[in-house]
Amino acid sequence: MRSVDSAVEESATAGSRSLRLSQLTKEFAAFTAVKALDLEVPQGSFFALLGPSGCGKTTTLRMVAGLETPTSGTIHLGDKEVTYEKPYKRPVNTVFQNYALFPHLDISKNVAFGLQRRGIKEVKKQVDEMLELVELTSQAHKKPAQMSGGQQQRVALARALINKPEVLLLDEPLGALDLKLRRSMQLELKRIQTEVGLTFVHVTHDQEEAMTMADTIAVMNQGVIEQMGAPSELYENPRTTFVANFLGQSNLIAAEIQGREGGQVKVRVQGALASIPAERAHSESGSGWLGIRPEKVLLAEAGQQIDAPGDVITGGYITDVSFVGVSTQYMVKMPWGQELMVFEQNTGSRRMLSTGTKVDISWRPEYAFLLDASQDASAGIEDE
Amino acid sequence: MATLDDVAHGANAKRKLTGYWLILPGAVWLAVFFVVPFFSLISASLYDPSGSVEAGYSMTWHIQNFADAFDQYKATLGRSLLYSGVATAVCLVLGYVLAYAIAFKAGRWKNLMLILVIAPFFTSFLLRTLSWKLILADDGFVVDALQTVHLMGDDGRLLNTQFAVIAGLTYNFLPFMVLPLYASLEKIDLRLIEASSDLYASPIRGFFKVTWPLSMPGIVAGTLLTFIPAAGDFINAELLGSPNERMVGNEIQSLFDIGDYAAAGALSVMLMAIIVALVIVFIRRSGTEELV
Repeated sequence: MRSVDSAVEESATAGSRSLRLSQLTKEFAAFTAVKALDLEVPQGSFFALLGPSGCGKTTTLRMVAGLETPTSGTIHLGDKEVTYEKPYKRPVNTVFQNYALFPHLDISKNVAFGLQRRGIKEVKKQVDEMLELVELTSQAHKKPAQMSGGQQQRVALARALINKPEVLLLDEPLGALDLKLRRSMQLELKRIQTEVGLTFVHVTHDQEEAMTMADTIAVMNQGVIEQMGAPSELYENPRTTFVANFLGQSNLIAAEIQGREGGQVKVRVQGALASIPAERAHSESGSGWLGIRPEKVLLAEAGQQIDAPGDVITGGYITDVSFVGVSTQYMVKMPWGQELMVFEQNTGSRRMLSTGTKVDISWRPEYAFLLDASQDASAGIEDE
Repeated sequence: MATLDDVAHGANAKRKLTGYWLILPGAVWLAVFFVVPFFSLISASLYDPSGSVEAGYSMTWHIQNFADAFDQYKATLGRSLLYSGVATAVCLVLGYVLAYAIAFKAGRWKNLMLILVIAPFFTSFLLRTLSWKLILADDGFVVDALQTVHLMGDDGRLLNTQFAVIAGLTYNFLPFMVLPLYASLEKIDLRLIEASSDLYASPIRGFFKVTWPLSMPGIVAGTLLTFIPAAGDFINAELLGSPNERMVGNEIQSLFDIGDYAAAGALSVMLMAIIVALVIVFIRRSGTEELV
């Protein structure tokens, strides 16, 4: 164990052993799954590839694992090109979507599989340590079929981690678990990643999962990366309607862009004037979508004082109220017919508003963002 | 008034009974056509050897029959096990490759290939073996071709040799090997093979560490389905072999023909016991006890 550890540390100090994809493309007979993808995953980071099914994220992962051959482009691990390297020669391991545990081997043999194939004879100590890490020591001699989904998931993780791969690939690893178990496994995975310090590349369609765990998220759609960055950065300042809708929810209101004034971009929204900080404006002329997250919208009964008001639009009325405990979600019908979502914390400072109440809405300009109107305002909205 | 529990018990009892009703027809069939003949065979093997069709037979617990039969036919017994063993091994190699190809590589041709595997069953066993006689005949094209390329001397022959008998057995029982192998290979999740490759196993090591053990139920089933009938077969030795290739089946058949039921019975029971013993050892060693 110690020698492997120090090997990992060595490679860490030897400089960047980052995973680099350049112009990576995968075409299948009928369609292009991944289009000229450029991506760099720094060593030791927890990286999430987030996107709806069919966006190319799993294909990308499989190309990194070597289970799929790219049509063009390259994959580098540090300075070494591995684009066409056989999967069993790459220092990369995968936690498969349905775990793919070997049903004929018990847990400890499943975990030892990778080490033994590399000709390591003394595996018991490492297997024991790994089982301890995933808290399955007592189950070492059970067969996979005798274990619950959550336990199998941890075996799959241990089986991959024990090899100390330079990159650990996780293909929707929590997809088969129920919500509660998923939550606790998210924290568990993050803890283990911090503990072992390996690079994790995590593929998921669950935006909450990606945001909880990843340092960096790349949002993928139709074979390309729409936007990449820290979770909060993506959430607060989405650059495309797809990202605005796929990560959380957004109100997108049609706006006419008036032009830039200093650090602000001015827009006209249904008669009212509003401004957006230039770094949050991803279009500077023509028409655009003014975006505001539902929890950033402030609400007050018509004519009443709004706390810390910014840009204001009047004349809405409430069409739907749902109380979810920590917050209340309102639907507000605006004079131009669009329904906006408003999430309000139940701080108790004001009574809940009822359906039909006439309201004004407001938002702080620094929370608004501006997107190009050529994009579909409903892109990335999940139909669930 | 019946409580809910009583109703549940009643339903349970009914369900249990249903199981027995379903077993009944098969059980009766087996009792009449397997268990009864089985005991009559055992008793025949213990007949007084001096009995004949004319004089009649009597059961005298004559255990000596077994020793006599063994002394007289041990070479034939050994030959039977050798021929059927070799044929089973050849079937396993050919059948595994074929089943693997059908399961993993055939794509849309899968069903057609499976039909081709069972196609020989549309003709009778006897006819198929007779046609092997033509194929391997001294003036047949196989012998001609081998002689032309000097792989075989001018007086060499295939018919009436061990090769012919084993080839016939292999041919006749190959489908019984292929089908169970296919069934168990086809069930293997391809992601397991990907996982083994992801975990540093080259395709060959992955095959021996994952595919082979997972196909073990098919290997065991196919081996038994091939070996057991092949060991008792007499048609192939009769049609494709000479008196030097006689198998136990041929001896039993002739013993019954001349009315020596005691020796025929003893030889049959001995063959059965040997096969059962071998099967038990084989299953133990292959680690698939759950099949027994």
